[in-house]
Amino acid sequence: MNKQFAPDDHDVSVVLCGQAGQGIQTVERILIRLLKLAGFNVFATKEYMSRVRGGSNSTEIRVSSQSVSAFVDRMDILIPFHKGALDHVRKRISPQTLILGDEEIIPDDFQTSANRFIPVPFAKIASELGGKIFVNIAAAGVVTGMFQVDQSLIGNFIKEFFAEKSEEVVQKNIKAIQRGWEIGGEFLDSQKSGLESWKKKDISEQILLNGAEAVGLGALAGGCSFLSSYPMSPSTGVMVFLSQQMEDFDLIVEQAEDEISAINMALGASYSGARAMVTTSGGGFALMTEGVSLAGMTETPVVIHIAQRPGPATGLPTRTEQADLELALYSGHGEFPRIIFAPGRLEDAFFLTQKAFHLADKYQIPVFILTDQYFMDSYSNLPELDASAAKVEKFIVKTKKGYRRYELTEEGISPRGIPGFGQGFVGVDSDEHDLEAHITENLDLRKKMVEKRLKKLESIKKDIVPPELVGSHDYRILLIGWGSTYGVISEALEKLGREDTAFLHFKQVYPLHEKTRNYLEKAERAIIIENNATSQFARLIKLYTGADIEARILKYNGLAFSVEEVMARFKEIIG
Amino acid sequence: MDTHIYDMGDMDIAWCPGCGNYSILKMVKLALAELDIKPHELVLVSGIGQAAKIPHYFRTNFFNGLHGRAIPPATAIKAVNPGLTVIAESGDGDMYGEGGNHFIHAIRRNPDITNIVHNNMVYGLTKGQASPTSQLGFRTPVQVRGVFLEPLNPISLAIALDASFVARAYSGDIEQSKEMIKEAISHKGFALVDVFHPCVSFNKVNTHSWFKEHIYYLDDSHDPLNRLSAFQKATEKDRLPLGIFYRNPGKPTFEENVRLYKQDKTPLSLRKTERKEKLMNLIKSKK
Repeated sequence: MNKQFAPDDHDVSVVLCGQAGQGIQTVERILIRLLKLAGFNVFATKEYMSRVRGGSNSTEIRVSSQSVSAFVDRMDILIPFHKGALDHVRKRISPQTLILGDEEIIPDDFQTSANRFIPVPFAKIASELGGKIFVNIAAAGVVTGMFQVDQSLIGNFIKEFFAEKSEEVVQKNIKAIQRGWEIGGEFLDSQKSGLESWKKKDISEQILLNGAEAVGLGALAGGCSFLSSYPMSPSTGVMVFLSQQMEDFDLIVEQAEDEISAINMALGASYSGARAMVTTSGGGFALMTEGVSLAGMTETPVVIHIAQRPGPATGLPTRTEQADLELALYSGHGEFPRIIFAPGRLEDAFFLTQKAFHLADKYQIPVFILTDQYFMDSYSNLPELDASAAKVEKFIVKTKKGYRRYELTEEGISPRGIPGFGQGFVGVDSDEHDLEAHITENLDLRKKMVEKRLKKLESIKKDIVPPELVGSHDYRILLIGWGSTYGVISEALEKLGREDTAFLHFKQVYPLHEKTRNYLEKAERAIIIENNATSQFARLIKLYTGADIEARILKYNGLAFSVEEVMARFKEIIG
Repeated sequence: MDTHIYDMGDMDIAWCPGCGNYSILKMVKLALAELDIKPHELVLVSGIGQAAKIPHYFRTNFFNGLHGRAIPPATAIKAVNPGLTVIAESGDGDMYGEGGNHFIHAIRRNPDITNIVHNNMVYGLTKGQASPTSQLGFRTPVQVRGVFLEPLNPISLAIALDASFVARAYSGDIEQSKEMIKEAISHKGFALVDVFHPCVSFNKVNTHSWFKEHIYYLDDSHDPLNRLSAFQKATEKDRLPLGIFYRNPGKPTFEENVRLYKQDKTPLSLRKTERKEKLMNLIKSKK
């Protein structure tokens, strides 16, 4: 047998490619957990078509000795599950890519000496065990064998993973993964690999999350007690996650009849005293925008999670893009304050979502979390999140007789009562209103109310999350990014290895931190990197700081940036 | 309880003199007072339109939201605090036109709220266009050749969806309408009361005298537990029945289905938010 697998650069990228319905996601879930339990750092991300069966989807799993959280084009190991797989990832196949799979599904042009193809009879193994269904579990076995994951760890894990299945099914799966393990072990050239040194005990103790779970956990930490939404890729993961926590937390999750209902329910819940949230994507959010305006007018706290996908209209439902920043920024007619967060790391998603609930309540405004498909669907291991600071500060007051919801105050923030708590009456109105929330056409009062609402922006400034500078403080070239590109740009920066270049990441994209201008002034050259076609964030920076960022690395084909791509395009600009 | 407890005192009311809305305001206050519902424990939720201004003439808690969107916040307000009496009240355009989808799905969701719809078969605030309940042939500055859309029948629609409580009242009869509203508020589950009323400014067809000629009350021979006969009554067109068409008292409510209040009646809004330990366990489970 060929001892062809000899990883020596501490980072292996494994790509699984198959049709929807072939169970690649199951392989992904099994592999990342097992590899993490074995002590490897893992990162997984997927790209998939908007269909339930067929097509061609791929999942990349990076296995590393270091913490990784970025997509790479490079494929060290490719496991195709169907005939079209190699064509689907053709551009990414290099002479170094080790292709493992059934001979029948590998086109002839890849079965030559120019490629490193090792036939593995997955179909045969599976049929011996009782059916095609075991192909993917056998493939998972091959990978665990190549990385020498401890067999007892695998057995226990599979038992737990298939806990709801019959003993017979569990045993067959264990057999399938073991067969795969033995085959995979044969490929490993343990003489040349330093795999053992990659594994770390503390990594196996870490947690493993994707973006949807990180946002969901942040919501729970922020005191979320009500979520109403309408399913829409790629935002639904947050709704699914929170639905599963309803038994353990005081939490209502309701699937509304449409997004209009969803946000209006959330506002009703918030008015009634809940901490409310919606999760949606661009098209669904477009339907919510009148509700955003209602939140602005009634000063009702609400957290809005938008997982972006490419538009306009239905666009590419299962792909990624960062093109709804301006939609979030300008959503809702009229003028009122808001905050927009854009987490870059899983930790950010947890802490910023928590913070979003806090600030929404503190300032009685809508607060946005902008993520995207890439962020939602990507997994990494990370140290256990610190929930000890998850104290939910209450801003609701018990009302007294004569209470007025829109009392004019110095900061523009009126003490917020809720109905049924205290002796006062709590009214809110979408019309311009007086202090008691009754309709008014007193235009002097109208002016005061506009100023009251906008005044909150002054106080909000104290709570702006500053951008994070990655790399040298003594930079000449500054890369700028926001949201989900954090991992990719950070790794590209590290690999570029330039002392004169740093990366400024924005986790809060509106309002901008006052230091933004200083960071930009210090740079001789700034390059913005955005997953959209018109560089919306550069426009926002220009608007609020006056700074022009002419060099742009943009991507809008529906896929996330890869590390290699950012590096190559940086070199095109800088040389 | 005296209805004055709900009064705002002297104020400028935006309704036209002679509008049926005044009578509906009065009957709702009467019903609430007779049921002894305290203004602090009541929330009126409305949308946009002339009828939707009703919370502004009421001393209580209120959520005057967006056009067509009274029902979603009303549903959530009740779910977060089931101790509150929640009434979603607005006009026919607001509830059946702009908010039609919410009306349909609220019946399915069955929150324990009362839905009072001021049905004058015309748009008032936008000055006289057809509403979803305008009758065939009704001419307006927009529907210049007369309405050709089949009028929406909220009663038969609600019964078709197996609604929890369905009634129709008339603003010209405060006494009987008040009784229906009392029944609706006391009913556990989504309760619709469609209230016919004339629009003195924009509906010159469906006037007080027209209503008097075209309405009659369901009598004791009608069994509101019989869905088929309720549906049959609902489809009558020549003369329009008033009264409680249908009751389906066994349906679980939305608040019951969310299961938060089985053991603990404390409203969600006032529960202790301490969830650190559970959260830490949940995080650990992601290892």
